[in-house]
Amino acid sequence: MVTTRATAEESPDRTDRTGRSAVRTLLRLWPYVRPVRVRLFTAAAVAIVASCLALVIPLVLKWMVDGPVADRDPAGVWLGALYLLLLGFGEALLFGLRRWLVARPLAGVEASMRADLYRHLQRLPVAFHDRWPSGQLLSRGTTDLMLLRMFLAFPLTFLLVNSVTILVGVIIMLLQDWTLGLVILIPAVPVMVTCVVFEKRYASVARRAQDQVGDLTTVVEESVLGIRIIKGFGRHRSQARAFRELSRTLRGTELRKARLLATIWGVIVTLPELATGAALVLGTVQVADGELSAGTLVAFLSTALALRWPVDSIGFLLAMSQEAATATERYFEVMDESPETDETPERDAPQRGAGNCATSPHKPAPHNDGIRFHNVRFRYPDAPEDSPPTLDNINLHIRPGESMALVGATGSGKTTLTALVPRLHEVTSGRITLDGHDISALPRTSLRALVAVAFEEPTLFSASVADNVLMGAGDGAGEPDLERALAVAQAGFAHTLPHGTATQVGEQGLSLSGGQRQRLALARAVVGRPRFLVLDDPLSALDVHTEAAVEAALRDVLAETTALIVAHRPSTVLLADRVALLSEGRIAAVGTHHELLRANAEYAHLMAGTEEADR
Amino acid sequence: MTATTATAPGKDQPGEDPPAAEPRTPDDPFDRDVLPTPPGATAALLRSLLAPMKARVAVTTLLLLLQQAAVQAGPLLVAYAIDSAVPAFRHSDLGPLIAVGVGYLLCALASGALQYAFILLSARVNQDVLLDLRGRIFRHAQALSLDFHERYTSGRLISRSTTDVESLRELLDEGLQELVTVILSFVYISAMLLWLDLGLGAVAVASLVPLYLLVRRYRRRAARVYTVRSTAIAAVIVKFVETMNGIRPVRAFRREAANDADFRTLNTRHERTNGDALLEMAQYVVGSRLVANTAVAAIVLWGAYRVAGGTLALGVLAAAVLFLRRLYDPIDRLGMFLNSYQSAAASLEKIAGLLAQTPTVPEPATPGQLPARASEHPGREVVFDGVRFGYRTGGEVLPRFDLTMPAGQTVAVVGSTGAGKSTLAKLLARFYDPSDGRVLLDGVDLRELAVPELRRGVVMVTQEAFLFSGTVAENIAIGRPDATREEIEQAAKAIGAHDFISSLPDGYDTDVRKRGGRISAGQRQLVAFARALLADPAVLILDEATSSLDVPGERAVQHAMSTVLHGRTAVVIAHRLSTVEIADRVLVMEDGKIVEDGTPAELVAGTGRFADLHRAWRDSLA
Repeated sequence: MVTTRATAEESPDRTDRTGRSAVRTLLRLWPYVRPVRVRLFTAAAVAIVASCLALVIPLVLKWMVDGPVADRDPAGVWLGALYLLLLGFGEALLFGLRRWLVARPLAGVEASMRADLYRHLQRLPVAFHDRWPSGQLLSRGTTDLMLLRMFLAFPLTFLLVNSVTILVGVIIMLLQDWTLGLVILIPAVPVMVTCVVFEKRYASVARRAQDQVGDLTTVVEESVLGIRIIKGFGRHRSQARAFRELSRTLRGTELRKARLLATIWGVIVTLPELATGAALVLGTVQVADGELSAGTLVAFLSTALALRWPVDSIGFLLAMSQEAATATERYFEVMDESPETDETPERDAPQRGAGNCATSPHKPAPHNDGIRFHNVRFRYPDAPEDSPPTLDNINLHIRPGESMALVGATGSGKTTLTALVPRLHEVTSGRITLDGHDISALPRTSLRALVAVAFEEPTLFSASVADNVLMGAGDGAGEPDLERALAVAQAGFAHTLPHGTATQVGEQGLSLSGGQRQRLALARAVVGRPRFLVLDDPLSALDVHTEAAVEAALRDVLAETTALIVAHRPSTVLLADRVALLSEGRIAAVGTHHELLRANAEYAHLMAGTEEADR
Repeated sequence: MTATTATAPGKDQPGEDPPAAEPRTPDDPFDRDVLPTPPGATAALLRSLLAPMKARVAVTTLLLLLQQAAVQAGPLLVAYAIDSAVPAFRHSDLGPLIAVGVGYLLCALASGALQYAFILLSARVNQDVLLDLRGRIFRHAQALSLDFHERYTSGRLISRSTTDVESLRELLDEGLQELVTVILSFVYISAMLLWLDLGLGAVAVASLVPLYLLVRRYRRRAARVYTVRSTAIAAVIVKFVETMNGIRPVRAFRREAANDADFRTLNTRHERTNGDALLEMAQYVVGSRLVANTAVAAIVLWGAYRVAGGTLALGVLAAAVLFLRRLYDPIDRLGMFLNSYQSAAASLEKIAGLLAQTPTVPEPATPGQLPARASEHPGREVVFDGVRFGYRTGGEVLPRFDLTMPAGQTVAVVGSTGAGKSTLAKLLARFYDPSDGRVLLDGVDLRELAVPELRRGVVMVTQEAFLFSGTVAENIAIGRPDATREEIEQAAKAIGAHDFISSLPDGYDTDVRKRGGRISAGQRQLVAFARALLADPAVLILDEATSSLDVPGERAVQHAMSTVLHGRTAVVIAHRLSTVEIADRVLVMEDGKIVEDGTPAELVAGTGRFADLHRAWRDSLA
């Protein structure tokens, strides 16, 4: 089945990962951590104190065993217990304080990183979104950021805290009895080495598992989105087979992960325990020989025990840090992409305008000039350098108030051309002017306020019908505008929905048919009475009756706007005053429908499908 | 959104719903994220997932029991060393000391080895459970009929099989082992303490009561916070995905700032509940630590008092102290377990709700066979026998419907939106089953045909031409997976798709999701056509299959159709009447009924609706 080919290595999130160290990568988080640094550092300090308090407890025990207990002094016992209680309270409260200190700030760091990501993604070029599936972006905005929050909450603090604790603990042990201390220390080196080796191998397997989950998600997504095709061709068994194979592979990787984990845990559990055993035997001999007090042995062993978690945890703390580094990398992969610069052209505009007599963005429209394409050339930024441009040498003038139909064979570049006007893609060279203003000198927001678009693929957002339509208009738009737009688009069905125009649609609401969505998208395009209107095959999903009704209503709208309409059919072409024929990325002819029908064989072929033109 | 409230008052009151165009009610459970789950379905699902693993779960538990035994033996050996080995050694008896050494060695090795075995085995169990669950969700979603998919949005279905499975994975991977370890070590250590000294043990056991109360309180409070949090993050995700998928309209309609504001609201809500959850955890940690440390102090006090009084051995006190550390260590982890349990339970319930949906178009238990073809032509006869169809939620789309299409006939169906054309097509493709009556293919009820047999019989091409990731050739080959490259290219040539495919960077091997793989809506429809041709079915249904094609594209398709459809039974639904020209017969539908039926020539010559439509369409071509 097709879907099995969704190979991991090629998806965009695996582009040239340089061998930067995990630490260097994690340092990039600093700007987000900076605002909460005081709390974070305080929390770490608190945690260190708390951990050290825990290490003092065995010393109190020693004092009790060797002092009051040995001396049969009940009052001393009470005192010791009181010390223990105080230490215990201190430890508990300090650990609580640590969590309290970081809880809100870290949730804040996560949220601000997410908000930044969202804000940044909204402003990245459309070409970027063409390249990146939304699932990949989402996983950065959710899982990766949660990993980072957890990293800041635990591994970052506890790598420090545990190191200090281990150091202090080891010093305490060495001070009490240096031979026993050395015995306890023996496994430290092999455990660390195992951890480091494990961490590397585990990270690579874990990354593979992550990627395989991504592939699995792709199959799930496609099998849901393409359900009609799968059912229509009875392919659900082969689809299930593809899914099974992928999930088996994932299971294999997960088991490999488990094997690595089991090994490391085996080592981490066994070695320190062996050392403790050796220390116990040695200690017993020393106690028997009178070289060591019983209290010291008890204290020593409970210190060793208290150090167990800090040592054991280093392995998974490092693994978590590694994962956090990967997450940081993935996050900045996206954040490092440069956005459409919204401000720069605004600031640059005067200079640019001065250099070009045709444009002067600061004055109100000097004259009605309509839409002009000057020698426009366009090549998709991700297309190979040597490929022919998608659009080349486009010169076209749509006069003010005029409607121009754009006709061309499938794949001739019509949709691409329409995307250039609101600057969803940037021209590779040449200029497009609206009423004499170069669109590259206009701030995008003002440009897009001038130009309204209805896309071939009608997208509705999770909001009410009214919101979806009115987002095409300025803030002042209200009920009358909505009604007018719905009437133009023949979208009266909106009133018969369960809650009328307040009905929620989109992913979170009612699902509408293709024709219904197309009509709402059209209503959205016309609701703001835009100065310039771009319609990409706006009537393809409508039946003949509705299409005729929409056309009749559109005529009034088109009379007062300058429009570019991609058309496949004569009926749509007839909405326009003139027609431009796009052929292999160039404008081949411009004229009225009838002129072109007579004079241009390709046009005649496109419109009437005449067999003469075919052969 | 800002301009939302500009709707007429009263329109949003549920009581005044006009009959909706769609078969929906305002309280449709499909509008919510959670499908109705029959009581006990979640538990039953969990049971059925674990049932095949019974033996392995038992072995895993046993391993954990042994492992804990080995780990918890340590303090006992310490007590023995202090109380027995020390005095014995003083009397030059090395026996007890060697016993301690060997015992500790064995315990260390055993606990390491058992830990290793346990992790491996439990990972195997977990992965098998997940494999099973993933497969079940996937197969079930695929088996559910189209009416389900039309109501349950794709995003929800996708998150059922991704994030929801993932949260169960977290529970299995970390949570369960954690829980069992915690319970086991509580039981072991309490038992050991009681055995060492009844009094000290009793104090330790008593301390479990306030701990239990703390855990219970935390569980309740956390459940509330976590529910709010998961709703909050879900809202963030929806907004995120929707923005990214609709980036063009977002840009074109300058929604960035408004979206930023909306997102900030949602994100802040999540941030707040996220902080609440973390603080809840902090409270729990403080509480449990306080109880634990107080208990340690109390036990030490009493123990030391008794050692001082000579009624307790020093070694026992040492062992008790060592045990206590271990007893209270896992309490924090218990909190984490509760977290993953909370979210896994919620996820599992959603999954159970999905799995509880029954396919309304089930596969036959004992499939029938289509009879051998009467002639050398591929076509088969189609009969709608007293078919009635209505949506489950009410609203009849097809009242009683009878229709016979002889083998090899090409039938065009026209009519306005909502006339029932697509329903007719979906019944014939068995995307739906009729509420009443039968749809027969060469006399066999479609419901008796197994899927492969059915799809050799009927194939449908729809307006939305979805492409799967993979190459163009692979996408065409969905029609017939065993087709050769020549056959694939032939199908593409026949439909007029060869030229554009050859001009793609890698021709037929171009990956549709990769660089240079931009394929327009019209081109996608051509690929979908080629796919259908390759499938070579007896009955071909084309539902608005040419809507995005330009006129020459449509012409080419029609040209191909006249040869391809020859001898096949075909149902063509199109708004454009150009398609009708190749039909042998035209049906005009209205309100689920056939109002006109005849050859195109007859109808055009007549005075009915079709003649009107045809005239209007002719005019539009002028």
